[in-house]
Amino acid sequence: MDKMPLLDVRDLTVEFATRRGAVRAVDQIDLSVMRGEILGIVGESGSGKSVTSYAVMRILDRAGRIAEGSISFSGMALQTLPESQMRDLRGREMSMVFQNPRAALNPIRKIGRQIEDVLLRHAQATRTDARAKSIAMLDRVRIARPEERYDAYPFELSGGMCQRVVIALALACRPQLLIADEPTTGLDVTTQKAVMELMVELTRERRMAAILITHDLGLAAAYCDTVMVMEKGKVVESAPSADIFSAPTHPYTKRLLQATPKPGSVLRDLVMDPQPEPPPPARPIQPGRILDVRGLVKTYGANNAVDGIDLHVDRGESVGLVGESGCGKSTTSMMIMRLLDPSDGSIQFDGQEIGAVPARAFATHPMRKRIQMVFQDPTDSLNPRFTAERAIADPIQRMGGSIRRDALRARCEELATLVGLPVHLLDRFPHQMSGGQKARVGIARAIALNPDLVILDEPTAALDVSVQAVVLNLLQDLKISLGMSYLFVSHDLHVVRLLCDRVIVMRAGKIVEQGTAEQVLEAPTAAYTRELIAAVPHPPT
Amino acid sequence: MSAAGISEARAASGLTATLQHARHVITENPVTGFAFALFLLLVVTAILGPSLVPYDPLATDSSASLRPPSARHWFGTDQLGRDIFSRVVVATRLDMIIAVTSVAVVFAAGGLAGIAAGYFGGWTDRIVGRLADTIMAFPLFVLAMGIVAALGNTVTNIVIATAVVNFPLYARLARAEANIRRDAGFVMAARLSGNTDLRILLFHILPNILPIMVVQMSLTMGYAILNAAGLSFIGLGVRPPTPEWGIMVAEGAAGIISGEWWVALFPGLTLMGAVFCFNLLGDGVRDIVDPQRRT
Repeated sequence: MDKMPLLDVRDLTVEFATRRGAVRAVDQIDLSVMRGEILGIVGESGSGKSVTSYAVMRILDRAGRIAEGSISFSGMALQTLPESQMRDLRGREMSMVFQNPRAALNPIRKIGRQIEDVLLRHAQATRTDARAKSIAMLDRVRIARPEERYDAYPFELSGGMCQRVVIALALACRPQLLIADEPTTGLDVTTQKAVMELMVELTRERRMAAILITHDLGLAAAYCDTVMVMEKGKVVESAPSADIFSAPTHPYTKRLLQATPKPGSVLRDLVMDPQPEPPPPARPIQPGRILDVRGLVKTYGANNAVDGIDLHVDRGESVGLVGESGCGKSTTSMMIMRLLDPSDGSIQFDGQEIGAVPARAFATHPMRKRIQMVFQDPTDSLNPRFTAERAIADPIQRMGGSIRRDALRARCEELATLVGLPVHLLDRFPHQMSGGQKARVGIARAIALNPDLVILDEPTAALDVSVQAVVLNLLQDLKISLGMSYLFVSHDLHVVRLLCDRVIVMRAGKIVEQGTAEQVLEAPTAAYTRELIAAVPHPPT
Repeated sequence: MSAAGISEARAASGLTATLQHARHVITENPVTGFAFALFLLLVVTAILGPSLVPYDPLATDSSASLRPPSARHWFGTDQLGRDIFSRVVVATRLDMIIAVTSVAVVFAAGGLAGIAAGYFGGWTDRIVGRLADTIMAFPLFVLAMGIVAALGNTVTNIVIATAVVNFPLYARLARAEANIRRDAGFVMAARLSGNTDLRILLFHILPNILPIMVVQMSLTMGYAILNAAGLSFIGLGVRPPTPEWGIMVAEGAAGIISGEWWVALFPGLTLMGAVFCFNLLGDGVRDIVDPQRRT
């Protein structure tokens, strides 16, 4: 076997032309991958990890160009190869798996035909045996009943199955290099485990080289041989994955590692500086229940999305609602939020029945300002045409009674300071802010009228881990100082454990287990909970 | 800096930023710059037209009929000896008024009906949708002819006919755009903030689809001018001797064969220029209104 790396990148620099001159997205990086090896590139958004892979595939968009450096792929210098030859290489010798599997598949073409297309394009099959090869490929990625599924359209498959089809597409022509860009982001933990194991197995079996691009250090460490950490276009550390976890050398890696929630970590530990400031003064809480839900049902057609749920939240308590996609946790939160009408059951808020008020009329209900929500996607939940100030001011103007302009502005600035948003950013539009800043605007809007109950719908799912660490701490401080209760909806068990007193696990519209956070996570009684906990990627120890 | 000082500085930066951005958009693309210059010329001509022209557009002079373009009559004269340049310039105001009012009417009616249909769905959607379908079932120009013929030959009726004909375009566009945003996070957040449906429609959804509507408006402006001219050309709408580009082309159409090409050519070229200008304007205007294009 040759000792030559399959892919060898030296001094790669990628620049993007913008209105204000060239911007370096990737700055003089080196990397190499051997056959049968998996390299993980880890970094937060804007670190240049995706751009690196686009440069290797030569699929940078028009504004970007490889300014310097060499990319050698099994002896060929890719940076100077003509586009026509690159087209032959892509798909046949090197292929890519993207983040959103549904977007990567043609929605109006049968999945089997899509695999055939790739095979025929690269002359790996003829008209006569394309179908058989396509079915064999579906079988390889463990899609059950591949003959039937050949005729399925992407919308008929789950997210995890779609990603398997995308992997089948990528591997159909037996490429030597596979680049996976956040292949499991947006998939459930159990699905993530299955997809990653499949990828690793196929890579080893075919002696391919693979690059896994991810923001999740835990995932990279669990499945890669070597991990490379990138920050602001530069490689800060590169080491075997076991070493990077046990002995990180670069301060950035240490910070990233610390911000990643793991078993046994405490909320305050996630942020680097050892918090000299004392915890905020707590607002006294009178005991009692703020929310009491009984027999809640939501029916869609013949299916019960939520099937008779009982739950309650005490004043000043954080309750985690955990489950995989489709378990009904979002539907439940939307009904409690009164954005959706329940089919049956009662929702009592502060002793008053609010489940019977139609969702359409609830906007003007006096209880409206006491139940608020922080949405999952900070970008989607902010009006693109509203400045941060207008977004925060909106609930105050609608429900806070009459308020003078300067008082309103002062209140917005006070809220911004409270959530740690620099006051000068209040004039910005959402697209001019970072993900963390947008999340803060969303939180400021939710707490603007001092609500009693805030539903947090995966508030950190779209954020980088270091930002997530800060936002989680912020939420915890706000809860104590404002005396709020939280219903925290999430799929991430580690995050739930950090913030919540009690945890409720849902599956298929029903509650399978509930108890205190330690109890559920340390000694789960339901088999499903155990499965969920086991699927979270564990780094090698 | 004091808190009040910061607040004032923030308020001031909003307007300057908009102006700077507008200047950037106009200077960045020469085509947009050209379209804006042409648009400015049209507006100035429409406002000042009658006081700029060398001759009375209605004054006939039988001794000077059908003169080719010359230093005295830049665009020549027509059968009745009227100065074509003066008539073309004076006609700008009428044509612009028809175009602007009809587009404003259809934007208000079609746009609002469309976003209501897209946001509420159900019966609202069905009624607006079927109304649009019914209008679209007719050949549009024939429908406009029918409306003007039935209601009478006035400028108001041309405006109404042009607006009705364009209704489906606006209603469908607004419906599709509002429908995409109906379940967006920011709309749910607006409901949580206590906004009623009407407020959500007007203050949350409408501003977001405005850039797309503006492009549509700019395109329809050109179409509205053409439509008005077309109606006048076939003898509906504006009546002679009022100067209007469509009528003037109609009056000169017969002359093209007998050699008096200038009678129809100059009003036709002006008409073409105006339509062209509005079509080019669309992209530029969208870039200015859309805050996402600001960096």
